[in-house]
Amino acid sequence: MDPFLLEALLNGVLLGGVFALPALGLNLVFGVVDVVWLCYAELVMVGMYTVWFLYTQAGWPLVLACAACLPLVACLGLALHWLVVRPLLTAPPINQVLATGGVLFVLQGAATLVFKTDFRSLGVDMPPMELGEVFISGTKLIAFVAALVGAGCLWAFLKFTYVGTAIRAIARDREVMPLMGVDPRRIYLIASGVGGTLAGLAACLLVVQLDVHPFVGLSFGPITFMICVMGGLGNMLGGFIAAFMMGMIISIGGFYGSTEMSYVIAFGCFILMMFIRPQGLFAR
Amino acid sequence: MSRTVPFAIALAALAAIPLFGPPDYVLHLLITATLTAIAGTGWAMMGRFGLVSFGHGAFFGAGAYTMALLWNHLGVSPWLGIPAGIIVAVCAGVMLGWPCFRLRVVGHYFALVTLAAGEIVRLLVTALREETGGSLGMTPNRVPLEHGFWAMQFGKAGFWWLVLGCWVVALLVWWALDRSMASKALAAIAEDEDAAASIGIRVTREKLKVTVLSVALAALAGALTAQYRMYLSPESVSGLGVSLQIVFGAIAGGMYAPLGPTIGAVLTIGLDESLRVFFGTEMTGAAPFFYGILLVLFMLFLPRGIAGLLERKVR
Repeated sequence: MDPFLLEALLNGVLLGGVFALPALGLNLVFGVVDVVWLCYAELVMVGMYTVWFLYTQAGWPLVLACAACLPLVACLGLALHWLVVRPLLTAPPINQVLATGGVLFVLQGAATLVFKTDFRSLGVDMPPMELGEVFISGTKLIAFVAALVGAGCLWAFLKFTYVGTAIRAIARDREVMPLMGVDPRRIYLIASGVGGTLAGLAACLLVVQLDVHPFVGLSFGPITFMICVMGGLGNMLGGFIAAFMMGMIISIGGFYGSTEMSYVIAFGCFILMMFIRPQGLFAR
Repeated sequence: MSRTVPFAIALAALAAIPLFGPPDYVLHLLITATLTAIAGTGWAMMGRFGLVSFGHGAFFGAGAYTMALLWNHLGVSPWLGIPAGIIVAVCAGVMLGWPCFRLRVVGHYFALVTLAAGEIVRLLVTALREETGGSLGMTPNRVPLEHGFWAMQFGKAGFWWLVLGCWVVALLVWWALDRSMASKALAAIAEDEDAAASIGIRVTREKLKVTVLSVALAALAGALTAQYRMYLSPESVSGLGVSLQIVFGAIAGGMYAPLGPTIGAVLTIGLDESLRVFFGTEMTGAAPFFYGILLVLFMLFLPRGIAGLLERKVR
């Protein structure tokens, strides 16, 4: 097999791992609270700036900077839910989406005001690893493994804890659960916090691979929404598989053509899929 | 009838503005605001019936790029290029809308599909960099002043009249739609699709009608904007950013009243300019920051926009 194609395939898998985390977080929020956080990628952007600032400006160790990023973005998620989403829970979907779209502008604008439009790089790089004839970037591999671990933790949380069970249940049927003694407001808040934490984790993984700038969210945000819906709401495994599929499409498309065209194909696949299986690829 | 007279007087007054020789800056603001108003009016036609599109940037850009490419590569005048751009955008809109409506892609999902469509156009424009100049953008070829009319390149006054005319057309379209059965049908569909279908409303057809109108206006606004600025790039005429800006104007002004999007456009441009004047170019992030806060506040406290507030006052 052509080693370059093999490399593209492997990169597709690694890219999928990076897409998977934000898509899972979004999936959780969308599935449980039934509101699309249009600004999700911007939460990730804030997290990326946090890590960048703490590491390069304040001189913290990278691990500590990442550890600080998680609770911060989680709090941002909670604040977003408390201040913006909660008052709009009974409003038409359009108002909810547009309000989170407003938050997108706020975060982008704030980032531009504080950090200007420069591209900021963490400047961390590791030597590529050699596997036979194929080279893999070490940072990407670590990010991939961390994404797997993060997704595993999320799965365990949803599967084995009481709160996790309640979250899954409310995603199934939001009318019945309150009758069973679960307070949906609390569950919504927890889901938003977990969603924020995942955005923070995604930020830690992305900041080592991408330069941060105020509009970085627009580069991976839309694809995250697509993955989240393709996987099927409330379907963690489906989300993960969808992320790998998108990663593959983009990586292989980029190998044969240009990166833009591969994204065009990915978005085209999403639109087609919405027509054929709107409930998600892996819906029961 | 009682409304026609004041409207005609106001229109005549607006049309007469260039005759008093105002500074170019004032005309520039008026033109920019009116262009935003046309796009916003188009968006609100769909938006007020629950068809939230985040892809209007796609149609805005399709109109702009079709016109500019025809002019630069084939020498087709923008007077023909703009209708061609509208046709291209409408075809794209129908290609996207028909399966969406047919297969009942609604609500959040419709918004996400249109978002993907907007991204596709932005990426296509970037990918076809041989023709479009990619993300660096392109400039329509300039012609000597005496051939300016054919190339739709004339001074600010000429543009103001052109844009004003298009704005009136947009309002007339809104008015005609409002008086037609289609708007009743669409209101019913927005309320409950199944119930509407059960009383014999052709859901797909009615939605397609309003989509065509809405997309055509977005494409018109896009082409005119590109022609006025004499510059177009994927980020400035297409993609999620542009889509959200169109949406913001329409929402802030109020998407349920014909003049709402126009009020919103004036507010948007006014905000933009005053921030620029007060803070200078140093504070480039200030405008989106305040937009965002206003958008959230509007959604929380005033979802019907300023026009909605005024209507309540009048009643």
